[in-house]
Formats: sequence, C-alpha cells, structure tokens
Amino acid sequence: MTRFLLRRLLWFGITLGIVMALSFFLMHAVKGGPFDGERQLEPAIERNLEARYHLDWPMWKQFLHYVGPLNLDQQGAAWLTGGDGSRTFGGVLSGDFGPSFRYRDFSVNDILAESLPISALLGFVAMMWALALGISTGIASALWRGSKIDLALRLAATCGIALPNFVIASFLIILFVFLLPLFPVAGWGNLSHMLLPGFCLGLVFAAYISRLTRTGLLEALSQNHIRSAHAKGLAPRTVVMRHALKGGLLPVISYLGPATAGILTGSLVIERIFYIPGTGSHFVNSALNRDYTLAMGVTIVYTVLVYTLNTIVDLAYTLLDPRIDLEEV
Amino acid sequence: MALLEVRDLSVQFQTAHGIVRAVDRVSFELEEGQTLALVGESGSGKSVTSLALMGLVPSPPGSVSAAAIRLDGRELTTLPEAELRRLRGNEISLIFQDPMTSLNPMLTIGRQLSEVLEVHRGMTRREARRASAQALGEVGLAEPERTLECHPHQLSGGMRQRVLIAMALLCDPKVLLADEPTTALDVTVQAQILELLRERQERCGTAILFVTHDLGVVASCADRVQVMYAGRLIESGPCEQILAQPSHPYTQGLLRSVPRLTGDPGQRLEGILGAPPDLAALPTGCAFHPRCDLADALCAEQVPELEVQGDAANARRAACFRLVRDQGDADPREAGGTP
Amino acid sequence: MARRQPWEIGLEDSDRLLAEARNQRGTSLWADGWRRLRMDRPAFVALIFLMLFALGSWLTPLWPLRSPVRSDLDRALAMPHLDLGDSQYLMRVPVEQRPTTAQIESSYWELNTIDRGLIRARLALFGRWQTGHWMGTDHLGRDILARIAWGSRTSILVALAATACSLFIGVLYGAFAGLMGGRIDNAMMRLVDILYSIPFIFLVIFLITLIGDHRTLLEERFGLDRERVFFVIIGAVYWLTMARVVRGQVLSLKNSEFIQAARVLGASTTRILFAHIVPNVVSVVVIYLTLTIPAVMLFEAFLSYLGLGIEPPKVSWGLLASDGIAAINPLRIFWWVVVFPAAAMGSTLLALNILGDGLRDALDPKLRGGR
Repeated sequence: MTRFLLRRLLWFGITLGIVMALSFFLMHAVKGGPFDGERQLEPAIERNLEARYHLDWPMWKQFLHYVGPLNLDQQGAAWLTGGDGSRTFGGVLSGDFGPSFRYRDFSVNDILAESLPISALLGFVAMMWALALGISTGIASALWRGSKIDLALRLAATCGIALPNFVIASFLIILFVFLLPLFPVAGWGNLSHMLLPGFCLGLVFAAYISRLTRTGLLEALSQNHIRSAHAKGLAPRTVVMRHALKGGLLPVISYLGPATAGILTGSLVIERIFYIPGTGSHFVNSALNRDYTLAMGVTIVYTVLVYTLNTIVDLAYTLLDPRIDLEEV
Repeated sequence: MALLEVRDLSVQFQTAHGIVRAVDRVSFELEEGQTLALVGESGSGKSVTSLALMGLVPSPPGSVSAAAIRLDGRELTTLPEAELRRLRGNEISLIFQDPMTSLNPMLTIGRQLSEVLEVHRGMTRREARRASAQALGEVGLAEPERTLECHPHQLSGGMRQRVLIAMALLCDPKVLLADEPTTALDVTVQAQILELLRERQERCGTAILFVTHDLGVVASCADRVQVMYAGRLIESGPCEQILAQPSHPYTQGLLRSVPRLTGDPGQRLEGILGAPPDLAALPTGCAFHPRCDLADALCAEQVPELEVQGDAANARRAACFRLVRDQGDADPREAGGTP
Repeated sequence: MARRQPWEIGLEDSDRLLAEARNQRGTSLWADGWRRLRMDRPAFVALIFLMLFALGSWLTPLWPLRSPVRSDLDRALAMPHLDLGDSQYLMRVPVEQRPTTAQIESSYWELNTIDRGLIRARLALFGRWQTGHWMGTDHLGRDILARIAWGSRTSILVALAATACSLFIGVLYGAFAGLMGGRIDNAMMRLVDILYSIPFIFLVIFLITLIGDHRTLLEERFGLDRERVFFVIIGAVYWLTMARVVRGQVLSLKNSEFIQAARVLGASTTRILFAHIVPNVVSVVVIYLTLTIPAVMLFEAFLSYLGLGIEPPKVSWGLLASDGIAAINPLRIFWWVVVFPAAAMGSTLLALNILGDGLRDALDPKLRGGR
C-alpha cells in the first residue's frame, strides 16, 4: 500500500510540475499584460506596478519565484507581511498562490478560499444526484430488462448523454423556475439554490452511471454463483442486493474518477448560467483578463483535486474488490 | 415409498434455432440412502434434469412440465415459489459442477455459509458461524475458523469443492443432487470427495443423485445407474449389472470405449462413430439409430420406450427394439414403441 | 452396416469433407456487422437519419432560407409562424440581376466556390423566394431556421475535422506504442497517463486566448484562421482515448494465437500488418469514432457558449445555445430561441450515440454467429 501511494505521489509531482510550467509559459506568451485593459496609466506608475508584480524579471526567475519554496523577492512580500523584513519562503510550494492581478486587494489564496467551498459543495451535490439517480435507474433497468420501463430509462439515459448540460439547464430553468416556480433563478445560499444547478451538472453523469450499473448488474447476474445463491433458497431480493450488486457496481466505482474531472469541467458553465460565485466562473474570467496568478492558481488546485480524487477512487476500488492484492498493484 | 419420485419430466427451451427438447419424459425414483448415477455425454440433458428438479430452469427460454415430482410425498410442481425456496438448500440441495465460479468472489466463505443457516434455521450470525465452522471441519477442511474469513480465490479447487459440499449439506438435506462435483478436480481429490459423500450418506441416509459422465466414478459409488442420450432415458438398472452386462447398444459403446489396464498393449481404442445429435433437429425414431450398428428400418421410424429386461425383481430397463426382438418376445410393434 | 473404426477414413471421405468445407462460406466481420446493424432498428434508423441530415446540411446554400446573418431589429424575437414566406419574390431571376459575390457575402460570410455555386443554383430554382420565420427570430431579428441550418454545417465540419485530427494522432501514437512494446510502449503510455490527469479544459482555454491574440500573425504567416486552429486544438485534446484503445487492441492482437499461426505459416510482417492487424484495429477505431464525434460537438458547443469558440458572423450550434440561454428572462418566455436549436442539436447527438451503440454491438466479434 505504501509503495502504491508513494508511486502515485511521484507521478503527481511530475504531473503538477508539467502543468505549472505549461500554464505559466502559455500565459506569459499571450501578448497582453494584466494591465492592458485598464485606462492608460502614466509610465511611472506602470513601471512601479510592473516592478511590484515582478513583471520586469526574466521569465525563468518569475517562474521560480512563483513556484517557490524560496522567496526571491529581496524586499519581502510586503503586501503579505505588512511591510517589514523579508520572508524566506514563498511561492506555490509553501502554499502561497500570489496576488491576484485583477482584484488588486485580494490574493489568490483569498479568492480561492472564498469560492472553492462553494464549487466543492456544488460538485458534491452533483455527484449525489448522479449516484442516486444513476444507480437506482440502472438497477430498475437491469431487473426489468426488456420491459417498457427499461426502454424508457435507457432512452432517457442516452438523451442525458447526448444533450449538452447547458441546454438541459435552460430547459429546466424554463420549466422549474418560470413555469412552475419551484426554485430560485440564480444565486447561492441555501438548499433550494443548490438542487437545480446540482441536478443539471450531475445529469450527464447520472446517465453514464445508469448505463454502467445496468450492464454491470446484468453481467453479475449471469454469473454462476448467482445460480448457487438461488439454489440455496435465498430470496430474489437478497440475491440481487447482497450477491450481485457488489460485483456489479465495481465499474461504477472506477468511473467515479473521470466523473469527478467531468464535474469540475462542467461546473464552468453551470456556475455561469446560475450565477454561482464559485471557482469555475473565476477561472474563465481570469483567462480572459490575463490574471496570471488567479488562472494558474485555479488550474493547479483543480489538477490537485482531480489527481487526489482519482487516487482515492483507485484505492477504494482495490480495497473493495477482494480479488485484487494491493501489494501487486 | 421412494424419497424422490419423478414422472415424465420434460424440459424444453425456446431458441433462435427452434424448440430444443433438453429433457424428454424422464421418470425415475430415488430411495433413501441410495445413490443413483445419471450418466451421459455432454448435451444429453443430465444437468438440466437436476436444475429442473430444483426449479432453477430460467423461465423465459425454458419451460418445465412433469406429471409429478414428489419429494417425500409432497408434490413440487404445484408449490408456490416461496414454498419451493424454503425447500431449496434445506431439504433438497444442489452441488454445482464448477467450484471455480460457483462461489461468490466478493463475499467471505463464512458469509456464504452462514446465510443458509440464517435463512433456513433462523440462527443468529454467531450461531451460524459456529455451525459453519463445524460443517467445514466435517468435510475435511483443516483450520475451519480461518477458512471462514477467506475469500474463494484464496482457496484451491479441491477446497472450494469441499466448501460447496459443506454448503449443500448444512441443513441435512434429504436429497442431494450432485452435478459432476468431481469433474474439475484431479483424481486424488476426487477419491476423497467421493469418500466424503459416501460417509455422509451412511451416517444420515441422504439420497444422492449423482450426475456424471465418468464411468469410473459410477462404478465406485453408485447403487443404480441411469443412462441418458439426447434428453431421453435409454437404460436403467442396478449398477453392477449394467456395468457388467449393458443391454443398450449405446451403453455397450460407452463401456467399450473406456481404456483398460488389462488387455494387449498396442490395442486400438474404440469409440462410438458419429457425434451426438443436434437437439433442435433430432433424428426420427430412435435418437441413437444413426450411430448404431444394429439399427434397422424400425429404429428409424419409431421411438423405443423403456422396457423391462429380465425379471421385474431386478428392475432393469432399456429402450431398444433390437433387444426386445432378440429376446424372442412378441412382435415389437405390439410390445411398445410409439410411432 | 459393417462397423468401421474411426481411423479407417479413406480417400473418398476426405474428398467429401473438403467439398463440404468449401461450401461453407464464412462471412467477414464487416458483412456480418452490416447485417447485424441492419437488424438493429434504432441504430439503422439513426444511420439513415444522419445520412439524410448530413446531405441536407451540406446542401444548405441550396435551400430557400433567409439570411442567417442579416439582423432586422423590427422583427426581433418574433414568434414562429408558418407562412408562405415572401411570395412576392416568387419568380425567376434573370441573369443580369443575379447577385455578385460581394452581395452574396454580405448576407452570409466568406463562402467557398461550391457554396457560391449552390447559392446561384438556388436563385435559379427558387428565385428570390425565402421561407417565412418558421422558427421565429432571435434577439437581433435573425431567422432561427436559417441559423440552425447554417450552424449545422459549422458544427458538423468542426466535429469531423477535429475527430479526424484526433484519429490521426491517436491511431499513429497507439499503433506505434503497441507494436514497439516494451520500454518504448511503457514510456509512451506514461505520457498519456500524465496528459490524462491534466484538466484539459484549462489548457484549451489558455491556448485559444493565446491564438486569439496572435491571430493576425498566424493568418498572414501560416494561413491558419481561427477555425482551423480550433480543429487542431480540439483534436489534440481528444486523441488520448483513441491512442489508448488502439494500443490495447494492437497489443492483444500481437500476442494472439492467430497472429502466431500466421507467422508459423510463413506470412511476412507486412502481410500480417495489413491483412490481420489493420482490419481488426479498424473495427475498434470505427466504434470509437462514432462516440468521439458527439463528444467533440459537445465540446465545441461548450467553448462557443463560453465565447471561446466560433465567432460571429459565423454561426454554430454552440452560439445558438448561448443566444438561447441569454434570451431567458422571467418576464416573457421566448421559448423558440431555446427549443428549436436544442431539438436540432439533441436529435443529431442522440442519433450519433444510438448509432455508436449499435455499431459496437454489431461489430463485437464475441457476439458473432450468435443469432
């Protein structure tokens, strides 16, 4: 188990390094600077700003300062410590994502601290919807295979996969916000704000999970040991729930990894539609506004999240399937 | 009265190629403390017979019909499903053929054993565990407590088969259906398993229906033998007699094909020419006639029924027109056979 | 009937057996697959629908539609109604009055020669007659039916081109890795794994913004307009799965017994490659193709919605969706701006998914001969 985790950590480091380098250099290759959109500033002020945000340094130095863990700024990060002395550590590796270029009074850490929990909660609600809807419909589809219920559910699942989530979101908004005013149209605050966006975000994953559950359960039910279970005189419900479902749901578990990544991506659009102040909406704006540090901060956080969640899912899978020996993983 | 009585059991399947009669009007009886061997090639319908007795034939493609299936006097064909479930694993048990896939890989052995006792005997988890450990000990597994915690993939084939046997015997069933329980195992383990079953039979009077294609196994443990071909019973009788002097040409062919230790080295092996028939397109008349040396026109037209051979006391029966004729009886058209 | 021992098979028997074998004609995977696909009704219907739709979409300049670009603010957000269109124009246009290229392009955008030819053909056939606003207009007064039709061309084009890109990269990469095996294969797949864990959406957004800024440079120097770069970027994101799938297939084929048998029988490497490996890989590739195309279309719609995809005056379904969403407000529900584009996109993607599923079932060699 330790070897497994250590290996994962190593690849994580490499991946993160590549992501950071790639995004950093891409961002800086883009022509505009972060201050280009502003009113015309006096050259002196512009130079000051550049110096303060170290935009006049050579590229490699900017990158190293950004990554850390050493603070290359001789004056010290005055805006952090309040103006005295220099700090030895700084940069991403010591947990400091730097100042936001766009929102001058805030650091990226502040923005992330505020918006990340919101996005995380939205993602969680979406995942709950996806699992609840997907697994239940998948089981129903498998048990009543070939019936009208099965066909209807499978059609619904294919539709969920076929339509983009923002299209479905617009339909549902018309339906549930205007025609039958069940939910508020936008914003974030209490449960009623979370249900509809979570549903729209999770729907496509519910469709995939439904299909996976159906196939997995059908295959599990065709195994020999299910016959043994029936021969022992067990009730049909016990056979399905205790014997078939465990093996049948394994494909769903391994799908959770890609599903999480997909939820993160999908949140970019959903947050926009429902005006949810999460990290996703910050990201798109930051890319357009050339807010380097914020854009990179979000990218790094998302990469870490996806990687960690994927590792957890893989770990869970190996733990749940008794046939897999962790030492050999 | 026999413990298990089966009259005219038929199983047919609706397939894309037509209706397949896997079992065609099979009748037999099983006495307490007796072992009845059901012998045949692959595809002869022997496994389906045992599935049908348990009521485990999947219903959409398959349909089972029988004049009677009586267990200890109780008619099984008219029982509601819930009642049947109470009997399965309890009074009548089935040991499946493939130990590698017949156990649930995701659950521990202990769980798979205890649930039988919890359902049928109403035991608590702890009581069931204790009883399961004892059952594992009785089938010859060392360290039963440890085995309870294992998952199937951690055990060898022989050990798994013993677990399956223990599982089937947990509730002391009156009838045990054993579907080729030793086919997937090597010979030494095979001998041990057979010994296990024999010992349990002596102790508790369990009736065993032993489905197999291995004549060596039949010789060592069966009291009576029944031979199936293409879904029909074609010969039945006491084991020593049938093995020593088979009546039906098919049985004769089977016994001839067994390699022997005695005899000249370099002697050629004998087989039965041809191949088993396609169950969806059975030959007319006797199903064996295309492969039979003694077949004639009558055999191609009419289906022979099981007829008593010799005296009634020994209850030997065979389904063959040539036998009846050779014994000098009356015209076979009068004696039996259906057009 | 004298009893013959099994070994006494004489010459006459072997002739008979050979004749029997010759008469049994096996079916190739493709013939078998086509037969099974035909029997799968939903998939077959989806295939027909898609072919007709693709044809109709390509011929869009031929249909007597209104301009998808001309905005008519007097008629903004008009409800759909069926009428005969501007019937006053129902007459042939004499040659002198036919519009010039510049005039055509003012109603659309830069068109290639074939499209211009189609437009002239349309004028010859239908005169100046145009349909009415059968699907209503959007907030700028542009006809939605026309925008859906012209948008379909862009979306389909993007999907096909991007898929072709990902196909090209993915198949080459995967086949190479699979054939090489060993350490090279390991290293190549490690790279794929790393790339897999990078959230691509971010890099794509970066790249597109980057492209946007250097657009003039790219266009003049390399002749790459934003759309073409767009294809490449999308293709470059989606090749990973194709590479994995192809590599897996090649690996399992390489070690399979029938390849070994071919080698034993003396087949050369080239022959093995083209006669055995390629056909087996192609079936897997085809299946994944039909599943990649809808994914790419969705991605394009997603990017266009965020404002990073196709830009006006060109129109794509993604842009239509974003217009539709912008039109939602609590005072009046302009449902036609959302419903019609959604129905068009949804039905096409649905058909593609159904076809993909059907192809997967039809071409799965494990299910062959079952029915």
